[in-house]
Amino acid sequence: MTEATSTAEKKKSKKAPKAKAKGRKAQELKGHIVEVVSDSGEGAQKCGQSFATIGAKMGNGIWTVEIIPAEIQPPARSIEGASGIRIRMGSYYVTNGGDEADLVVAFNEQVLLGRVRYKELKKGCTILLEDKWRTDENPEIAKAYQETYDQLINDGFKVYEIPMEVECLKYVADPTRGKNMFVLGILVNIYSQDLQIARDQIAFIFAKKSAKIISSNIQLLEAGYDWAEENLDFRFKVPSAGIKEPQIVVNGNTAVGLGVMASGMEICAMYPITPATSASHYLSDVFESVGGTVHQAEDEIAACCFAIGASYAGKCAVTITSGPGYSLKQEGIGLAVMAEVPLVVVNVQRGGPATGQPTKMEQGDLLAAIFGSHGDAPKVVMAPSDMQDCFYSVIAARKIAETYHTVVVVLTDANIATAQQPFIRPKFQREWLAPPVDQSPVPEGVKPYDWDPKTGLATRFIPGRPGGMHTLTGLAHDRLSRVAYDPKINQEAIQHRSLKLAAFQQTLKTPKVYGDPEGDLLVIGWGSTKGTIEEAVERLRDEGKKVSSLHLRFLQPMASGLKEIMERFKKVMTVELSWCDSYEDEVIDADNRRYSNLAWLLRGRHLIDVDCWCEVKGQPIKPGSIERVLREKL
Amino acid sequence: MLGSSLLPKSDDELLTLDDYQSSVPRWCTGCGDLGILTALQRLCRDEDLPREKTVFVSGIGCSSRFPHYMNTYGFHSLHGRAIPVAEGIKMRRPDLNVFVNTGDGDCCSIGTAHWIHAIRYNMDMTVMMHDNRIYGLTKMQASPTTPRGLKSNTSPRGAYLDPLNPLSTTLGVANVSFVAQAVDWIPDLFHDIISQAFHHKGLSFIAILQRCPNYLPTLFDPWLEDTEKTQILTHKDGLQLDPGLSKIYKNQLEHDPSDINRARELAASTDIVPVGILYRNDEVPCYEDVRRPDRIYTPELIERAFNEELDNFTVETAG
Repeated sequence: MTEATSTAEKKKSKKAPKAKAKGRKAQELKGHIVEVVSDSGEGAQKCGQSFATIGAKMGNGIWTVEIIPAEIQPPARSIEGASGIRIRMGSYYVTNGGDEADLVVAFNEQVLLGRVRYKELKKGCTILLEDKWRTDENPEIAKAYQETYDQLINDGFKVYEIPMEVECLKYVADPTRGKNMFVLGILVNIYSQDLQIARDQIAFIFAKKSAKIISSNIQLLEAGYDWAEENLDFRFKVPSAGIKEPQIVVNGNTAVGLGVMASGMEICAMYPITPATSASHYLSDVFESVGGTVHQAEDEIAACCFAIGASYAGKCAVTITSGPGYSLKQEGIGLAVMAEVPLVVVNVQRGGPATGQPTKMEQGDLLAAIFGSHGDAPKVVMAPSDMQDCFYSVIAARKIAETYHTVVVVLTDANIATAQQPFIRPKFQREWLAPPVDQSPVPEGVKPYDWDPKTGLATRFIPGRPGGMHTLTGLAHDRLSRVAYDPKINQEAIQHRSLKLAAFQQTLKTPKVYGDPEGDLLVIGWGSTKGTIEEAVERLRDEGKKVSSLHLRFLQPMASGLKEIMERFKKVMTVELSWCDSYEDEVIDADNRRYSNLAWLLRGRHLIDVDCWCEVKGQPIKPGSIERVLREKL
Repeated sequence: MLGSSLLPKSDDELLTLDDYQSSVPRWCTGCGDLGILTALQRLCRDEDLPREKTVFVSGIGCSSRFPHYMNTYGFHSLHGRAIPVAEGIKMRRPDLNVFVNTGDGDCCSIGTAHWIHAIRYNMDMTVMMHDNRIYGLTKMQASPTTPRGLKSNTSPRGAYLDPLNPLSTTLGVANVSFVAQAVDWIPDLFHDIISQAFHHKGLSFIAILQRCPNYLPTLFDPWLEDTEKTQILTHKDGLQLDPGLSKIYKNQLEHDPSDINRARELAASTDIVPVGILYRNDEVPCYEDVRRPDRIYTPELIERAFNEELDNFTVETAG
């Protein structure tokens, strides 16, 4: 580490002035979207994440989106195998992945072709392409490269061929490991980032590796930087967004893990499932440092029931899963509702039904979360809108679950699970933590389900409390927790469990409208689409269009005042990543149209003709797509 | 699983059988579950288990009404899911005495995955599998332990397959640490077995053959009529028969509970029912001990660790 720093110091004095002397004039940009794509295992993500972190340190707003192939080892040089990352960088607070990319670095032409075909690149955008394939000894590869190159030029892209391999070979024997740092150097140069911050970043990410590895990677970074300086005819600068406070850069799943840690929960029971598992990976690594335990159960059902058992006997526990796992947990969730055991369930939604699209985003589980489990199973359902919200939502969920002795479902999705965004570093607060487990004697005469007639709340008897002996049961039960044989009792119990939700609803604040409180069109969204919807709305508002948006964090129960907000707009629609039929299909009419999840709920509750629009491609939705839809709607 | 204090108590501090009795059982007259209930109440009294520190967890089925009749804490959970619920309880509350009541359908059919993995986790709890070889509460369907050929509502021409052997299955799982079999027609032995199970540190699995007076009242008649068909496993580390029982049950076998191969042989017998401790290994670690965090949660600890974690992700804007 020390050796590496001193090497870096020496290099700094040698290289930095050279770059300055040759400096091209940098074009100032409000924001830019960069993609780095490669075959799996070539390190495009590490390159992009470092680039993003350097940007954050330069004060830029940042949002990164991982580009993930479905397989662990997809075939090399294949369209489907593109692995990489998108970095949106702005001189403002960035809230989503944005529209098409402005600049792409590709390690081969096939992975690039994938991005072109999926229309992820802006027309005429800049492409930096590894050129070693042009002279590949396999004539088919050389031909494929030439054809793609010609097509890209033909389509109007600005293609810069870069001898990545040739240049890297000057420094390392195996350029497949290290090319990413060469590319990082190029990007640092193009975007006028501070080379020393980049050197420090490399030292940080390789901190656990040897000093030799660090210095070799710094060498490659500098080589890339110099190459760009000498060979490229353009340069950009994205000015700082003026963010001064310390921020943390994490993805949504890590934010969930941090939230679990800071909430004072002690048990996380889980079963591996994409895209939720990385939250548990993170927790497995750190949870023990605060006295917590991650239990990998034999299946999703066991994970849920284990968490229920832990909650019953102590502090509220959490189980983390994704769609198919959530389906399996529904039985256990019903038990927790019935027995009034606090439980936090995080569902990192993915494409469904069945196995669906494991690595792709969708918001299809809202109704399943609210109405799931057989019978009447009232529970709280909330959806964070970004990484920061993931963190605070888990803390809030623990508190709500323990206060109302209920299940709280936190719906995130594959988009925020893997995307990264810096947010203001949280300041730890003691009141986030769960209170100590109550082991005091139960006062005489108090019943285990002594439902308050107004709020439905009862005292919770945790095992160990003298005088509180009773049998908790998933069967309908009376106030003494005895199996209900009296016909009245079941109805009373259901009534009181339902009242708890209403009591909680009274504490919710009406969400604020983004834009004017009245107008032609109100767009309502929930979950990870907040930033994207607001960006689309902002663009139209800049043109003078009377569009506003509303974002819901609590989906069950929903805050009061929504109807009044909706009534102030001529039209109301939701934008969701859950399916809705379109009238463009001949067979669809008002009698058979199926609406997106939230639209169903708003129509049902408020008797307002809420329209909806959806996209279920599995990709993060683009502000431009929403903008087009709203424009049509107006 | 010793939770009680070592200090002697005066007579009026000691709990009686009645103290452990909650509501009146609603099992059928002659149900084997009644005998199990009596044995457990006796165990609680003899061990002087604090009622608030004792939890009976059950699934669904006739057997799983059990916790309702104990004046301790209880958790009557879901069909097949008693074991994971019990594991969650034990994980964070090793101070609690945890018992599981499950049936042949609950444990060996819908809850099979949990049962197998529970053996491997080896958490310190006593699992009683009430095996009456039939689904009773849902009115006579074949269970995994129903003998082949037995007619039931779902196998009107006789059960199609050979039954699953719960003892052999349990003895085949890694980390198995205590396996016993008891029969409801020898209650004295049952008490001895449950007591040894309770004192074993780790998961004690007891298969309890019990009669269903309503649907299969005569199933175990051959064993009741011919005491030679019940083989009592005796050993200095297992059961020791008193002279009275010894006269009735002459088929006795000296079996060392540490011998797993012999235990597997004995478990496999179908005609002769072995009763006693088939296997015991006190050296198998318990999952809750293996996973117990080396530090105790305190607000100070969380604050410090949390801030250290944040340091890893923090970016400060340059300049």
